Amino acid sequence: MNDITETRKPPVATTGILGWLRMNLFSNWVNSLISLFVLYILIQFIPWILNWTIFAADFKYNFNGEEIIDRTMCSRVLDPENGGACWAIIYVRFYQFMYGFYPRDEVWRVNLSYIMLAVAVVPLLFDKFPFRKHFLKFTYVFPVIVFFLLNGGLGLESVSTNKWGGLLVTLVLGCTGIALAFPLGIVLALGRRSNLPVISMMCTLFIEFIRGVPLITLLFFGMVMLPLFLPEGINMDGLARVLVAVTLFQSAYMAEVIRGGLQAIPQGQYEAARSIGLSYWQMNLKVVLPQAIRISIPSIVNTSIGLFKDTTLVIIVGLLDLLGIGRGALADTTWLGLAYEVYFFVSLVFFIFTFAMSRYSLYLEKKLKTGINMGAD
Amino acid sequence: MKKLLSILAVSVFAFTVNAGTLDDVKNRGFLKCGVTTGLAGFAAPDDSGEWAGLDADMCRAVAVAVFGDRSKVEFITTTGKSRFPTLASGEVDMLARNTTWTISRDVNLGFEFVGVNFYDGQGFMIPSSLGVSSATELDGATVCIQTGTTTELNLADFFRLNGISYEALPIETNDEGKENLFAGRCDVYTTDASGLSSTRAAAADPSKWLVLPEIISKEPLGPLVRHGDHQWGDVVRWSLNAMIIAEELGVSSENVDASKSSNVPEILRLLGVEGSYGEMLELAPDWAYQIIKQIGNYSESYEANVGPDTPLEIARGLNALWTQGGILYAPPFR
Repeated sequence: MNDITETRKPPVATTGILGWLRMNLFSNWVNSLISLFVLYILIQFIPWILNWTIFAADFKYNFNGEEIIDRTMCSRVLDPENGGACWAIIYVRFYQFMYGFYPRDEVWRVNLSYIMLAVAVVPLLFDKFPFRKHFLKFTYVFPVIVFFLLNGGLGLESVSTNKWGGLLVTLVLGCTGIALAFPLGIVLALGRRSNLPVISMMCTLFIEFIRGVPLITLLFFGMVMLPLFLPEGINMDGLARVLVAVTLFQSAYMAEVIRGGLQAIPQGQYEAARSIGLSYWQMNLKVVLPQAIRISIPSIVNTSIGLFKDTTLVIIVGLLDLLGIGRGALADTTWLGLAYEVYFFVSLVFFIFTFAMSRYSLYLEKKLKTGINMGAD
Repeated sequence: MKKLLSILAVSVFAFTVNAGTLDDVKNRGFLKCGVTTGLAGFAAPDDSGEWAGLDADMCRAVAVAVFGDRSKVEFITTTGKSRFPTLASGEVDMLARNTTWTISRDVNLGFEFVGVNFYDGQGFMIPSSLGVSSATELDGATVCIQTGTTTELNLADFFRLNGISYEALPIETNDEGKENLFAGRCDVYTTDASGLSSTRAAAADPSKWLVLPEIISKEPLGPLVRHGDHQWGDVVRWSLNAMIIAEELGVSSENVDASKSSNVPEILRLLGVEGSYGEMLELAPDWAYQIIKQIGNYSESYEANVGPDTPLEIARGLNALWTQGGILYAPPFR
């Protein structure tokens, strides 16, 4: 009995917080120096940032307890030494940041759309979601419902897209761009790799042309030149024109991302699929694309995040997205000079969305076990 | 794809009747007016989402002239680049968007400027501590200047004419100019005087900054419409003129009702008590009365949006009436 060696714990220095610190932050003197330096910077700045954004900040009332209605009442204007951020500009304009100039009586339609967006998208993202199949049916009809809900028609009062703004425009552009560009991108990617020269050439031309010009150029094209091509008296809605431009742009990038995935699939997969008698579409839909898209996930999310942020460019064609509404707020003489607050808030909102997107892609990668070990485990 | 197609099919094609703009506007039931995406004092959304400013008032005045209702206007935001195509394609009925009246825009682009609602011009802003009271004393100063603009050329001309040297610090945007000036990286910031005023208002302590009296360029800003529709051009022109004339005659939103029983003939003509000027313009007889009642005269709009009592603190200067030392002048109402 006494022969059995007692199991000993690993050395203290390699386990727990201490071990982790030693392994990751203080493994040699260069790393230790860098760690200490970063720690010093964090200690210097984090309290300052927290103080400015939260503890010394005004939300609705200033330090005298008065409700803030213009910049001169902000603590940081009254007392530049001690006052923190003046979030009142966000507070009183929150409606505009979220909905733009959407009529207040009709705003339930936007709220309902936001809720429906969640109901439509969440089951799509997580395959363990209960009753997922039934929810997915809703996902398919969701775009049509939301279109009528936001735009009007079918008995609802029409709300011109000129009145849309803020997060609403950002989300409409981002979601529609990403959702439409994905299937278009797949078609373009397959087309570019097609053996039929006409199709392949047309897809290549389209992709290279769109990728060869900046998004701003496409937006201008949609805004300025498209009306010249349409017959006189026909006006295409401004937001729709921008949507077309954004979707074309994104689909070209998506096509290249997916083509990258397609090229990583070994030739043997194609041959195997062919040898059991699958047609072109069966081969692609059942064998090739599932694998190709799986390995393209990081890049797909990457371009999607890029597009989401690029939507801010629509300000140059006169659409007021989240950032545009922020700039509009800064142009109001009531709030002149509160740029830090507005830009901080806008970046925070963008960060929440893009960070969620990148976290989701990480989750998906883990779940599908993509990456270099694919197939090895 | 479904969504795109339905958007294309349903909402986008708005057929407009091919008639005069005035008839189009009346049929549509509201005015479409192009404004900036936000410029302090001229057009910016207020806290409740209503557009406010000198240009926004111009749009509302035209809406009142046509419909007698200041809310019958839809503001369409345009940028410096998109404004002209937007007007040319008929997406807006008029622009009131800080647009400088120049020969090429008036003639070559096919637009018609119907008047001037703000005389702007390039000016200089300095810290008061610099102890300078005139731009001619700025020898050797570092000037923050937006590159690739007419401001840059105007500045070079002005300093060469006066034989003084300067060092240019090129910047891209107004915000950048502001930050550089406040941080002391340049001694002088030059742009349009109205822009300087909003820069000054945004400073932590505006009294530490001074806008010099020299104005070195002409920037007459005014509303414009498309060439060729003179009836509509007249409506916009006289909506602006009515506000200026009302100020000349001392008629304001407060005394407009009492003025209806005035004994001054021009006031009676303006308010539609005498004559048939509304009919000539195909508007209601009391169109000008409604503008003054609902928007106010030029002075009221100016004071509320950019005047000395607002954070912008822009003195009337050139924009005072011709009888009060400015150059604001409207043809007679007869």
